[in-house]
Amino acid sequence: MFDVAIIGAGVTGAHVARELTRRSFSVCLLEKADDLCMGASKANSAIVHAGFDARSGSMKARLNVRGCALMPQVARELAVPYKNIGSLVLAFSEAERKTLNELLGRGQKNGVPELEIIDGERLFEREPQISHEAVAALWAPTAGIVCPFELTLAAAENAVQNGAVFKRGFDVIAAKSDESGLTLIAKSGETVRARLAVNAAGAYADQVAMLFGDKTIKLEPRRGQYHLFDKIANDKANSVLFQCPTKAGKGILVTQTVHGNLLIGPSMEVTEPDDTATQSAVLNKVLEVARKSIPDLNSREIITSFAGLRAHEKGHDLVVGFSKANVRLYHTAGIESPGLSAAPAVGEYAAEEIAKRLGAAPRDDFDPIRKTVPLFSSLKKAEQAALAKANPDYGRIVCRCETVTRGDILAALHSTIPAVDIDGLKRRVRPTMGRCQGGFCGSICAEILADELGVPLTEITKFGGESKLLTGRLDT
Amino acid sequence: MKKVDLLIVGGGPAGMGAALAAHEAGVQNILIVEREKDLGGILRQCIHTGFGLQYFKETLSGTEYADRFVKLLAGTGIEVRLASMVLDITPKRAATVLSAADGIEEIQAGAVILAMGCRERPRGALNIPGTRPAGVYTAGAAQKYVNINGYMPGKTAVILGSGDIGLIMARRMTLEGATVKMVCELMPFSGGLTRNIVQCLDDFGIPLRLSCTVTEIHGKERVEGVTIAIVDGRLQPIPGTEEFIECDTLLLSVGLIPENELSRAMGLAISPVTGGAVVDNRRETSIPGMFACGNVLHVHDLADYVTVESQIAGRGAASFLKLHEAGEARVSAPIESGNGVRYVVPQKVRTDEAEPVTLYFRVTDIYKNAQVILEKNGEALLKRKRNHFSPGEMETVKLEPEWLSRLTEADKFTVRLEIS
Repeated sequence: MFDVAIIGAGVTGAHVARELTRRSFSVCLLEKADDLCMGASKANSAIVHAGFDARSGSMKARLNVRGCALMPQVARELAVPYKNIGSLVLAFSEAERKTLNELLGRGQKNGVPELEIIDGERLFEREPQISHEAVAALWAPTAGIVCPFELTLAAAENAVQNGAVFKRGFDVIAAKSDESGLTLIAKSGETVRARLAVNAAGAYADQVAMLFGDKTIKLEPRRGQYHLFDKIANDKANSVLFQCPTKAGKGILVTQTVHGNLLIGPSMEVTEPDDTATQSAVLNKVLEVARKSIPDLNSREIITSFAGLRAHEKGHDLVVGFSKANVRLYHTAGIESPGLSAAPAVGEYAAEEIAKRLGAAPRDDFDPIRKTVPLFSSLKKAEQAALAKANPDYGRIVCRCETVTRGDILAALHSTIPAVDIDGLKRRVRPTMGRCQGGFCGSICAEILADELGVPLTEITKFGGESKLLTGRLDT
Repeated sequence: MKKVDLLIVGGGPAGMGAALAAHEAGVQNILIVEREKDLGGILRQCIHTGFGLQYFKETLSGTEYADRFVKLLAGTGIEVRLASMVLDITPKRAATVLSAADGIEEIQAGAVILAMGCRERPRGALNIPGTRPAGVYTAGAAQKYVNINGYMPGKTAVILGSGDIGLIMARRMTLEGATVKMVCELMPFSGGLTRNIVQCLDDFGIPLRLSCTVTEIHGKERVEGVTIAIVDGRLQPIPGTEEFIECDTLLLSVGLIPENELSRAMGLAISPVTGGAVVDNRRETSIPGMFACGNVLHVHDLADYVTVESQIAGRGAASFLKLHEAGEARVSAPIESGNGVRYVVPQKVRTDEAEPVTLYFRVTDIYKNAQVILEKNGEALLKRKRNHFSPGEMETVKLEPEWLSRLTEADKFTVRLEIS
């Protein structure tokens, strides 16, 4: 019997797991998909928000500001790509300048440090490529960018390295309470026993709550669509560029990514929890609105477009706390933006509350440092030379666009939570992520996967299930 | 640090042709760096025929065509490093090369020829909306699965784009038992060679739908179908013309992009039209001693033309090395594209050139009964009538030596079409 079973291995579930392993808890992290980070965590703006946006006094405000403060240390401990590039909210009229003042006041109330409004030379010096229509901006130096997938994977790996158990393909379809605990039953028939469950099911948190007889979580999933640009476009924005929020939401942002691309988005549509299809009219609009901030965006430099989900809760706030309907359930639900920024803080807050309820002592053998190997492309030339000399697999380039070596791929297949499909490899070590989108290296990755997993090439999938790459051998 | 006279980046037809020409012109110490385990580049997966008609005057498969050059390399003393990748090159021609055999090595070259080829435009570059299932491949990636790995990427396919690789794959998939429902082409004409449309589509009864595009991809895990629609004169889908086509595979043959990441990193001037370096008639780029040829320079329709171009670059590099021209000022006159002409390569001609210079160009649209006009400073040097021009096929026009004599950088050549 585990002390805590976490349902959902997205960024929130992973950080709750990690924080729980700081204490003498036995922890199990359950994921219904074949890999972690397959839902809302995988496709979003990848921003660490400063925390001025949320309503003062809300869980969003509290956990965002705390998460933003924790992020530099968390990123360091977990070896997650993170850059503290700051953010600007651009105002394009005097009316919008007023909005900046509101945001500034709210931010200060929320405890966001170092906020200030800048304009004129200071603004254009910081962002030479922004539209000359911009009249002022709210500068938030604590904001940043992070790799959402790595932030999820690293926290989950660190949790496992500290004793947590990760189960993939565990789709919880029933939860039965008895005197001593819970039995969670998976679609596959497998069961897990735990004293407490954490609902970290992202866009499905309402359905998971129902399994526990809790009808209070009311999700209204929202889809956001993005364009990702080639690295050529990376120099367009030095910091995260927001536009003034309107009734329709936070609007379209323009930002670099930690991997050196440029990202614009998101749109906002109310949708179904599994609908991540993109739409051409919406994507055109995203580009059009982004050009209000950075006029010189070349659509030919777009390498891919995608859609992500935000698990919006009708109460407009993060729902973090014990279920009122079931004593064996703890919610981390309605995790929409700034959920990524808040994740380490949600983990910290939830672990503290759960420790109070279940009782657990801190551990002295918890190691916050995630054990992992760095990517070849992230190393300095001398380090690359040493690595390639020591291990010839690092001398063999698989993905030319992102400089991914065979050594990187093998490492991702033998790590604490290894990749099992093409997209898993892509998110861990970046093959197929670059400008050719797998045109050259897709088949090589598939071959290595087949070899290492000991299965025929025809069994290799893009992302599990029936997403097989090939339909059969040639008739010979 | 290892030193070579000539470093060639890429061992496809361009790299091999350049190496051989430089060798013939007397360059001693030549190194080809190739990232794959074999020479030949993309020709290794081109098992169809149609190569060599111009250059060898016989029809060969891509693999045979490449093999001719591999055989010619043997015994020349030209060094080849396989499974090796150039990570970067400085403008002073120092390259960092990574390989399993040698780790990281720095190589100083007297001259460099860039011959990295091109890549295919992926789905993302087209912004095709919809889901993101398995079963969407570029035609070249599918070709590799079939011809190199021996696997089928799908059973029922729609092909978007009538570029040559897409046409070749339509036939290949059909021959291997798959059903190719149609080839959709956004433009009102095909970008592929006429012979490929006849031999790969018409002969197999595969419909070519012009002015038609894929507007949505369906399927959660594997492709289940695509929506196609007819486009208007501005290439926008016309509402109401949508049609759902059931298929498990979408192949994309929607254009090739010269692979110029190394070039960009060293600060080479790149043409926004070709996506390749701006070169003079010797295929020398904006950085002295740095040459480019083949599909990395501009996308060719035939490998044969790549060979011809690679020989020009090879000889150009040899002359650079022989004359120690590094410090010499290069003076050249521009060659511009006029009406109806998308681009001309080379973009410049050296003012000291004494040999005839062939200009390669592509037209912007299908033209019937038009004439090519070559002008110098606005005056026609040559007019040539043709009854058919197509953007898919490379055209040529020759600059005669007499037009090059006493040339200065203030002179200007223009290639344009006059459409009647």
